[in-house]
Amino acid sequence: MSVDIDPRRRLALAEKVLLAAEQAGATEAEVLVLADDSALTRFANSEIHQNVAETSATVNLRFVVGKRVAVVTTGRTDNDGLVALVDQAASIARVVEELEDWGGLPEPQPITEAEGGWSEATASASPESRAEGVRAVIAAADEAGSVAYGSYSTGAETIAIANSKGIRAVQRQTSAQLLTVSMAPNGGTGYAEAVSVDVDRIDPAAIGREAAEKARATQNPVAVEAGEWPVVLEEYAVVDIVDMLGYLGFSALAVQEERSFYEPGRRIGSDLVTMVDDPNDPNGLPMAFDFEGVPKERVSLIDHGLCGEVVYDAQTAARAGRQSTGHGLPAPNPYGPFPLHMVMSPGTSSREDLIGGLDRGLLVTRFHYTNPVHPKLCVITGMTRDGTFLVEDGKIVGPVRNLRYTMSYLDALAGISAVSAQRKTLKGFLGGVVVPAVRIDGWSFTGTTEH
Amino acid sequence: MRDITDRALDTAASQGASYADVRVVRRLEESIAVKSGRLEGVSSSESEGFGVRVLVDGAWGFSSSNWLTPAEADRVAAEATRIARASATALRNRVALDSRPPALGHYETPLDIDPFTVPFETKIAELLAADEEANRVKGIVYTETTYGAQREWKTFAASDGSFTEQVITHVGAGIESNAASGDEQQRRSYPDAGGGWQAAGYEYIRGLDLKGSAGVRAEEAVALLTAPLCQPGRRTIILDPSQLYLQVHESCGHPTELDRVFGTEASYAGTSFMTTDLLESGFRYGSDLITIVADATAPGGMGTFGWDDEGVAAQAVPLVQNGIFVGYLSSRETAPRIGRQSGGAMRADGWNRIPLIRMTNINLQPVPGMSLDEIVADTDDGLYLASNRSWSIDDRRLNFQFATEVAYEIKGGKKGQLLRNPTYTGITYEFWRSCDAVGDERSYVMLGTPNCGKGEPSQTGHVGHAVPGARFTNVQVGVGNG
Repeated sequence: MSVDIDPRRRLALAEKVLLAAEQAGATEAEVLVLADDSALTRFANSEIHQNVAETSATVNLRFVVGKRVAVVTTGRTDNDGLVALVDQAASIARVVEELEDWGGLPEPQPITEAEGGWSEATASASPESRAEGVRAVIAAADEAGSVAYGSYSTGAETIAIANSKGIRAVQRQTSAQLLTVSMAPNGGTGYAEAVSVDVDRIDPAAIGREAAEKARATQNPVAVEAGEWPVVLEEYAVVDIVDMLGYLGFSALAVQEERSFYEPGRRIGSDLVTMVDDPNDPNGLPMAFDFEGVPKERVSLIDHGLCGEVVYDAQTAARAGRQSTGHGLPAPNPYGPFPLHMVMSPGTSSREDLIGGLDRGLLVTRFHYTNPVHPKLCVITGMTRDGTFLVEDGKIVGPVRNLRYTMSYLDALAGISAVSAQRKTLKGFLGGVVVPAVRIDGWSFTGTTEH
Repeated sequence: MRDITDRALDTAASQGASYADVRVVRRLEESIAVKSGRLEGVSSSESEGFGVRVLVDGAWGFSSSNWLTPAEADRVAAEATRIARASATALRNRVALDSRPPALGHYETPLDIDPFTVPFETKIAELLAADEEANRVKGIVYTETTYGAQREWKTFAASDGSFTEQVITHVGAGIESNAASGDEQQRRSYPDAGGGWQAAGYEYIRGLDLKGSAGVRAEEAVALLTAPLCQPGRRTIILDPSQLYLQVHESCGHPTELDRVFGTEASYAGTSFMTTDLLESGFRYGSDLITIVADATAPGGMGTFGWDDEGVAAQAVPLVQNGIFVGYLSSRETAPRIGRQSGGAMRADGWNRIPLIRMTNINLQPVPGMSLDEIVADTDDGLYLASNRSWSIDDRRLNFQFATEVAYEIKGGKKGQLLRNPTYTGITYEFWRSCDAVGDERSYVMLGTPNCGKGEPSQTGHVGHAVPGARFTNVQVGVGNG
């Protein structure tokens, strides 16, 4: 490893740049250092076809003169690169328009270290160990007569922040992810995924077996009609609902720009729906502070079906006249704050209970290529993928071809009639999530396809 | 730069690599965002590093670093060969590359005004002026006016003696006006959702005339709040270039990526229905009017370059000819598997990513005869759909569904009533076979997207699409509006 991810030295680098920015005339300044050492082994057709590693470091400088704000980023951490960074930021900040409602950089607050966010095993994972895991997935597919596809990634990251208000924050974190699609003859496909801070907690053979067994069970799928169906969504599918709610609704900026469905206390789900953003959940991917150095708060997003709070960064908090909840992203950030550690509360049902409650419905493994059709109504379209089954009288009858849906995820929340006790830690597009499986009384399928 | 590339190639060879290439990439980017009349963010970023790709025992390895020293070149090249050896422990078919002459030379995006020399204050003033026009419209709740530019200096060297240097510049800008009332929210963008982008200089930004177009689009956004819903049904539709390019992107560009066809994206974005047996059988992809070419030489396209990222010269590759499926986007590894030479479509997102088969400029060729306006005039009853709002397509690229920002009712050859929340859906080849009119050169424009996602770790690609408008019959519209 050539990139230094030592926390103290990364924080020292941030402080060095901060001092230079202040000497260059910044009235406020913030330096964010991100150092990353990551690798990914990718496999297809039951062989490794891509195997990559990356070491990188970036320095992000927010340079403020009065209310004039400039952000400059560099990947050059040598002295010349850092001098150029400060010069460029200073020159931009002197000529840009004032940000009228600039709320200032955040003030320091006590930060409690996030427990369980680092694993030496993950940080030191080798290409040989990832290849060994991939071979276990492939062996499971071979045994089931299917073909394995997927990726196995490991990474370590250090985040260091220093600002002119006195924030000095540094943390390091690791994550590992193994995902696989198994493909069997006659159209069978299955999916499985595991995510953890600690790569040693991932069992590649078990992940391989889960996907391969599902691929075997989905061979020769039959067509069913689109329309309104009761469904059971496995955890892999629930990730998308949680992600879209966080993306479209629970950001303070979305509310301030009147594009969110969010209203305090509004009922958007059944009593069974409770969701928080919890950076300290031991099942998730812990994080102590955000990319502005503000300690991350646990925020109640949905409480028994009722809208709770939204998340704030420093700028949206200033506009609202309150404190940041610690959900800022690296500057500049026109997209606003996001909940990056969403956790949905478990219920009491077993998988058998969920499926057993369907007289005639569909069991959905996961969704594919989802996209908002109407953001404010949270209407989403997407496809099912990698394992969709017809259920009759509480029993799985057999596999069905994939379907397109177009429906409001708020209606989906309102229709949740059962939640599993067991949950999975997975990765969504906003970060690590912890989700259960759910049964939903009505799901609007609007189209069919050929497989 | 030679000291880095030579060192990496020498070390890879000494460690047992049968082939190696190295890319040294410096990327400069700047962006400006104005929201609702205020400057929201100004940023500039620089990234520099190198990536080494090697073949050892028929398996790939890749490593990268942003520390540009000869010693680091040694370390990274050695790590890449170690990774390749690990890959070889789970290998069933050795990689074989097609042959090509060593790539040598220099390429640079032609431009008139270097965007990085235009002062920030000038760019900001022009964005603020456009934003102000949109905000004059009553009912607009927020606007977003953006500008971006990217320049890459890219040096490629390979163990076969190739050595190329390229300087590629892309610029883009756009304005979005958003209106909201109760649960309804509507957006109109100009020139395109996400802005208009080209391989060009600042002259392209000036040519967009953001200020002159902002007000009209903002008024449409407000009008859409109370416009009738686009009702479900089967209709004749005309796609404006601002939507047609994304239809080409999703339903022809991605499914003709040969790595996807061979399964290497199966666990992420999926596979493709356009399998190699369909190429051999002359599969009818669309009507006779449909000819689609992957052209890495097209002026202004964000998929235009001198050589791809494994040293294959830019070229135009037919994908669909008069409706018949005839070719793929391909690489040196995949093309020989169908008995062809690489079409030069390997592109990487910076120094720290491995090249993948990516779109270049996937262009729907114009058809002499009617302009887009004349196609509208030729339509008795239909819908005219413009500016993408959302997109989705299944994992074999068959069932798609798009939403656009706006639909206009066409009656008697004239565009009239605005319709709210339009969507349309179909099966790819059925849809393209239903095309009964394609615009001519007069409506042929180069568009593109700077955010095409593919691969793990994720890569964002800049791709181009030159398209005219086109008409399709018997298309399901208004999904979810019943």
